Amino acid sequence: MNSSSTHSVAGQPQADGHGDMKSYFVGFALSLALTAASFATIMSDIVPHSWRLGSMVALCVIQLLVQLAYFLHLGTGKSQAQNTAIFACTGLLIVIVVAGSLWVMHNANINMMPTQAISQNE
Amino acid sequence: MLGRLGLDAIPYNEPIIMGTLLVVAVLGAALLGVVTYYRKWAYLWREWLTSVDHKRIGAMYIILALVMLLRGFADAIMMRAQQAIADSGHAGYLPPHHYDQIFTAHGVIMIFFVATPLILGLMNVVVPLQIGARDVAFPFLNQLSFWLSVAGAVLVMMSMFVGDFAATGWVAYPPLSELGYSPTVGVDYYIWSLQVSGLGTLLTGINLLVTILRMRAPGMNLMKMPVFTWTALITNILIIAVFPVLTATLALLSADRYLGMHFFTNEGGGNAMMYINLIWVWGHPEVYILILPCFGAFSEIIATFSGKPLFGYKSMVYATSAIGVLSFFVWLHHFFTMGSGANVNAFFGIMTSIISIPTGVKLFNWLFTMFRGRVRYHSATLWTIGFMGCFAIGGMTGVLLAVPGADFVLHNSLFLVAHFHNVIIGGVVFGSLAGISFWFPKVFGFTLDERWGKIACWCWQIGFYLAFMPLYVLGFDGMTRRMNHYDNPDWHPWLVVALCGAVVIGLGILAMGVQLIVSIRHRGENRDLSGDPWDARSLEWSTSSPAPFYNFAVIPTITSLEQHWENKLTGRAYLKPEHYEPIHMPRNTGDGVLIATWSFVLCFALVWHIWPLAMLMLAAVIVHFIARTYNRNTDYYVPASEVARIENERYARLVRVTQVQRPSSSRPKAA
Repeated sequence: MNSSSTHSVAGQPQADGHGDMKSYFVGFALSLALTAASFATIMSDIVPHSWRLGSMVALCVIQLLVQLAYFLHLGTGKSQAQNTAIFACTGLLIVIVVAGSLWVMHNANINMMPTQAISQNE
Repeated sequence: MLGRLGLDAIPYNEPIIMGTLLVVAVLGAALLGVVTYYRKWAYLWREWLTSVDHKRIGAMYIILALVMLLRGFADAIMMRAQQAIADSGHAGYLPPHHYDQIFTAHGVIMIFFVATPLILGLMNVVVPLQIGARDVAFPFLNQLSFWLSVAGAVLVMMSMFVGDFAATGWVAYPPLSELGYSPTVGVDYYIWSLQVSGLGTLLTGINLLVTILRMRAPGMNLMKMPVFTWTALITNILIIAVFPVLTATLALLSADRYLGMHFFTNEGGGNAMMYINLIWVWGHPEVYILILPCFGAFSEIIATFSGKPLFGYKSMVYATSAIGVLSFFVWLHHFFTMGSGANVNAFFGIMTSIISIPTGVKLFNWLFTMFRGRVRYHSATLWTIGFMGCFAIGGMTGVLLAVPGADFVLHNSLFLVAHFHNVIIGGVVFGSLAGISFWFPKVFGFTLDERWGKIACWCWQIGFYLAFMPLYVLGFDGMTRRMNHYDNPDWHPWLVVALCGAVVIGLGILAMGVQLIVSIRHRGENRDLSGDPWDARSLEWSTSSPAPFYNFAVIPTITSLEQHWENKLTGRAYLKPEHYEPIHMPRNTGDGVLIATWSFVLCFALVWHIWPLAMLMLAAVIVHFIARTYNRNTDYYVPASEVARIENERYARLVRVTQVQRPSSSRPKAA
């Protein structure tokens, strides 16, 4: 739209924030390793049965962070600060909505279900 | 082939609807006839329907809102008339099924197709001008957003004549909105009109957010942004955060109705309470989406007409941001009585009370802005002062309702109805109307007629109190909302007073119409030659009225929070630039209108289960959108000579205007 400083920021890729061959390769290798580890937790007997779900979730979250850092280039670098802030804000809102809904619905369940059970029995 | 659509969908046997259809048909034909007679179709298509100019799209949003206001108000006065008649044994003139559709349509139309377009329209017009940008970040998307809103509005209007509308209340709680209890197409019309217009709103939110974050004039850091732009920024963040929740909630309801799923049914493990929870996760931030830009408009207006800088700019910014954050922690106050227990209710009740604090901060800021100012009583000032009183009352009844114990007594009563009309009419409607009278010359180049503006303002103020104060009393007397008829003779006098109030508001709307006609007829005398008719302070007043399509011939460099005022003080305003450069602008396009048209047909086909047509139209939307992305001919350069010609004309006009010489600088600069 407008010619000079304002629009070019949005329009052009920023060389510094967007990684190079090496960082893409590291990210790819890490992703593969984490995926393999996920399969390994289930398909081999390395992890005791009761820990499997927890370790799967943990690996999944690490996988997410790796992809955000290496492929979406979120980080603390100056050019990415705004993107990272927006991502953090999004994450926070999702946490508020999900955690809040769970809290509200769980409470409603505790408080409302006994009456429902009684009325169904009648 | 036609799905569920048949000739029996048209309600022949309802005289009120058929009468309305006749009036709409006659007026519509007259409008089309006039446009044809004056050969304006090509002009309309070229200059307006295909426009990507943010000012024109904003103006069209506001026109849409005003047209839909007439429909929403017609619903309101029908309900008031019904309740004024249907006392002790009288059935009134509206059968319950029709009455239920009317109160649903009233709520849906007023929130989604009046308040929301008013806000989006104002932001569209003002934000790029205030930040020194030439258009929004994605001009084509802006056009698409607007026409998607129109598609939703047309769908709602159409439901009256083809089929029926939801009879569920404006948030369509299940299980009532499920197939078992609402087997007709009413709820489907509701779902698809909200989905399509909601998509438009979400796209606008993204568009304006990127515009504000990326396209500010050089030197304008966040704390040099005018307050209206700040409120727009927070509002757009809220839009992006919560409209997807609405979309997902309605999608789940559609899955229940179309695919036989059980998300919110009483059978099959569904839970209707989850719908209520989710719809208010969207619904509460939505009211802040509506009110924040109005706070911004009031801030600009009160500073301008008090001749002083806004008191407490920083506290205004922090208050706006605080409201934005807190608005995510209050949604449960819409269903305290659903049964979440004391700890949950207490948390949300306290958060709701806390959110009134930043709002109170703003109120005091406006009062202190006026304090010792040289206040000019323009109609925009009158709207603002009316708002302050009205909103204070609405805010206090809101804090009362935020106490869970009190809410158990008052929920679902007319007290609640009075409260939210108190804040939405007092805040959003007054704010938008004030904003329209304030910024009108920036789009159309002449000011609105003051006399009729003041008449409209007084009618609205008086009518509002007459119409809604009785509802507080009725709420305390135990009258619940949405009653078709009642047997308590004590209620009757209050409802008659409320009807009188609605009639006075109707006179206010009539006065707005007269104001528009008078202003257009006398536009020659009311032309704004200076571009700054109110001796105002922010950047939008430094360009001409109407603003040229490129907004600013030279992008200004920002050194002050009140750039235009600063320029007037230092004598830098209205200096002619040495030379001009070519300006990069977006080209008009019909793609947005057409894609929205396909979307409209798609939604209509989905409502009536016309599957082949729905699939065809879905394909049309997708293919057309992809084809558009391959179009490289979307922009052009305005040659410098053309810019120079337009600007020279402007400076020739400016010389003749004495206002430029009127030195704002003679007044001491209040810091």
